[in-house]
Amino acid sequence: MDKKKHCVKLSVQPSRALMDEKFIVLVQNAPPGFQMTIHSLHHSEDGHSWEAFGHYTADATGTVNVSQDHSVGGTYSGVEPMGLLWSLRPVPGSKPHLRFRKMNVQTPMEVTISVYQGHQTVFVDQVQLASVLVERWYMAPGVRRIPVTESNLTATLFLPPGPGPFPGVLDLWGGGGQLVEYRSALLASHGFASLALDYLTPKITLKTGKMVENDYFETAYKFLQQHPQVSGSRIAMMGLSFGTTMTLKMAVYSEVMKLSCAVCISGSHIQPVNATVEEIFIMFDTKSEKTRISEENEVIWHDVVLPVPTDPGMKADVGRLQCPLLLIVGEDDQNWAAPESAQDIKEMMEQAGNSHLLTLLSYANTGHLIEPPYTPHTRASRFKPVGSNELLVVLWGGETVAHSRAQEDAWRKTLAFLRENLYSRKNSAVTFTSHL
Amino acid sequence: MPYTDPPILSVYPSRALVDEAFKVLVENLPPGCPVTVHSLHLSEDDNYWEAYGHYISDHRGSVSVSEDVSFGGTYTGKEPMGLLWSLRPVPGSRQGLRLRKMNVCTPMLVNISVHCGHLVEAFRDQTPLASVLTERWYMAPGVKRIDIRERGMRGTLFIPPGPGPFPGLLDLWGGGGGLLEHRAALLASHGFVSLALEYLTSGEIPTARLDYNYFEKAFNIIQDHPLVTPDRVGIFGLSLGSFVTFNLAAKSTIINPRCCVCISGFHCHPYRSMGEMIQTNLNKLHVDENNYQIWRDMSLPIPSDISKKVDMGKIKCPLLLVCGHDDQSYPAVELAEDIAQMVHAAGKDHLLTKVFYHGTGHMIEPPYSPHFRATTFMAKTKPKVILLWGGQTKPHSDAQEDSWKKILAFLQHHLYSTPNPRAKM
Repeated sequence: MDKKKHCVKLSVQPSRALMDEKFIVLVQNAPPGFQMTIHSLHHSEDGHSWEAFGHYTADATGTVNVSQDHSVGGTYSGVEPMGLLWSLRPVPGSKPHLRFRKMNVQTPMEVTISVYQGHQTVFVDQVQLASVLVERWYMAPGVRRIPVTESNLTATLFLPPGPGPFPGVLDLWGGGGQLVEYRSALLASHGFASLALDYLTPKITLKTGKMVENDYFETAYKFLQQHPQVSGSRIAMMGLSFGTTMTLKMAVYSEVMKLSCAVCISGSHIQPVNATVEEIFIMFDTKSEKTRISEENEVIWHDVVLPVPTDPGMKADVGRLQCPLLLIVGEDDQNWAAPESAQDIKEMMEQAGNSHLLTLLSYANTGHLIEPPYTPHTRASRFKPVGSNELLVVLWGGETVAHSRAQEDAWRKTLAFLRENLYSRKNSAVTFTSHL
Repeated sequence: MPYTDPPILSVYPSRALVDEAFKVLVENLPPGCPVTVHSLHLSEDDNYWEAYGHYISDHRGSVSVSEDVSFGGTYTGKEPMGLLWSLRPVPGSRQGLRLRKMNVCTPMLVNISVHCGHLVEAFRDQTPLASVLTERWYMAPGVKRIDIRERGMRGTLFIPPGPGPFPGLLDLWGGGGGLLEHRAALLASHGFVSLALEYLTSGEIPTARLDYNYFEKAFNIIQDHPLVTPDRVGIFGLSLGSFVTFNLAAKSTIINPRCCVCISGFHCHPYRSMGEMIQTNLNKLHVDENNYQIWRDMSLPIPSDISKKVDMGKIKCPLLLVCGHDDQSYPAVELAEDIAQMVHAAGKDHLLTKVFYHGTGHMIEPPYSPHFRATTFMAKTKPKVILLWGGQTKPHSDAQEDSWKKILAFLQHHLYSTPNPRAKM
């Protein structure tokens, strides 16, 4: 046992990387045919432990390469270079319905990767043969994080390194509110000046009790447009869930915002036209009789916006869109009728003659929370919508393997779409995503 | 000429160990566009270092430093890492500067930028088209750094992450003295518990007699560490550090290194100090056209009298010798051949591996470290002494890259692998 213990050498390359970059996990010097478990462990900011593991057998040279070899068991199976990240789940004994979210983007996510002898499933009292630490960053070196409070905005601007000017992205999350920075940090690491905007729980709303209006988004847009390091004529808007509702509202109706393109994830165009933000938000709340509860007592809000209205006064008129639109939906979205809305959006645009602007990515077995790649998939988690005091368990949907593949694919395509529309020179194909 | 569409510059990985390669890519340029890719680093002692290459974008408007050819600058040809190894002090800097990271807990920050046209100067007066920052680390995440001040010893211990146990290394630098941590930190990042040992005060001409008890105690400290496998500890030396290593390997009755790596070493030093060596051989101390001292001839001819040398036939463990043909401070290749003869005469060829590199000087450092042909040595003397180390930048940098791979493979083999190590790789 001691000789084996001495031999095993574990390396992860790169040991420091962005959240959306791949790594190679290599075990060497094991005895040929040696059975081992490769394990990942992460202690989250909110004090929970997450783990993933794969069962491997060393080849004749005593090597296991996670990017090339099959896992025959564990939290993932098959050839899965990044399975140790996307299949992370709370360790046994954890509180149920947790969600992985890094709120402090200035420090890396630290993951300990270890090797154990044999095909293990319980790790508490096991002795590791080897172990290394890996850092996963949302911010590339040189990215600047700038809190923004002017003009009553509650936002954070992430600027790429360099002189600029950079194209801009206005980045919105959904009905849970708060100021969520990680996607913007990652976008800035890819060359976009990205403004993460809190529009449901900004300081001004907490102070006055009043929700923001359209002009809040327009102020955010103008902030970006006038920023000395942002190209005022190359600004995109991106939203997830309720953020999609707002993005489509602005993209279609705002006379101030001239967007170069829009990205809408897991959302819909269904909203009363000419309503205030508050009226739209409340609209989703009052339809609670369409809420369903699963067998495990999880809240399913999928039906709340259905059926897709035929009344044009109840949907954003996407036929009027003048900029390219990337729609990303999960077919197992249990929270929002995103696929159904996407179909209707497509038909409306075909009828209006602007469907050449639409790219629709629809992923089977994928749920609502389509996050940056390798973010652990959460099928249901505790959620408190803004304005409510109730902490519910909400069903997001998705099957882990398919959902994780969708996250990887959607992100790559999102970056390509943004580059195409915000950076592209005529006749050039910008395709630098080879290592993602 | 301003572009309305800004280029996109990226370095992958943006954070890496100093011995890891990166890919620098520029996209979204106009096709067939001449650009300069430039690197800039501000050292800990406040000097600017830069490198640059001249490129032309392809039909898609891309420049890939890994794939494309540089037509001019501080490096030419297809050189993925030229932006690091060809770093040199910016015009107007003092002479004899050396780039060394003393604080290994923070990364070396390098600014990579792309400029319009083929520039040769005044980079900092121009706004680049784009620029990014890349971090180069000596310490992998989880590596621990521990100050060692015990048993009269001064050094720094670096411990890899994980349960261990690990093999160990005693890391010895040269006659310039001081406590240099960067190689030990990097070795720990590759899985070896490494002790960087200070045995001479920096800046002074070494006059102290080398006390081998000191090194044996340091070796024991590594062996005694709870995370170290005591019979898998080796020694890594450069220059005077190699001399110490030869002595320990051949003569020590107290320690048994598992294997040794010796860079730019000499086994002939029948003097009490460097100062005495210089005094005895003043007639053979030459200077070049810049007044840089060339010490090489002071060690020639190599004595045949074995009492004036370390008897290398007495070594008991595998030894890897790395030398440069253009070493101007010591005739390292001739010395290595003399060592080989002694080892051969003792019937121990199987223990020795020699690797020699053309166009390579004395200071063979980890990969992508900028090459310095001559630097200040013993800075506290007046007048300042600048020593010629030798080497031409391109072959010397190739040697640094190649030798490091060989060194790591050698250490991996003898310290990690089979219980019956072979000397030849």
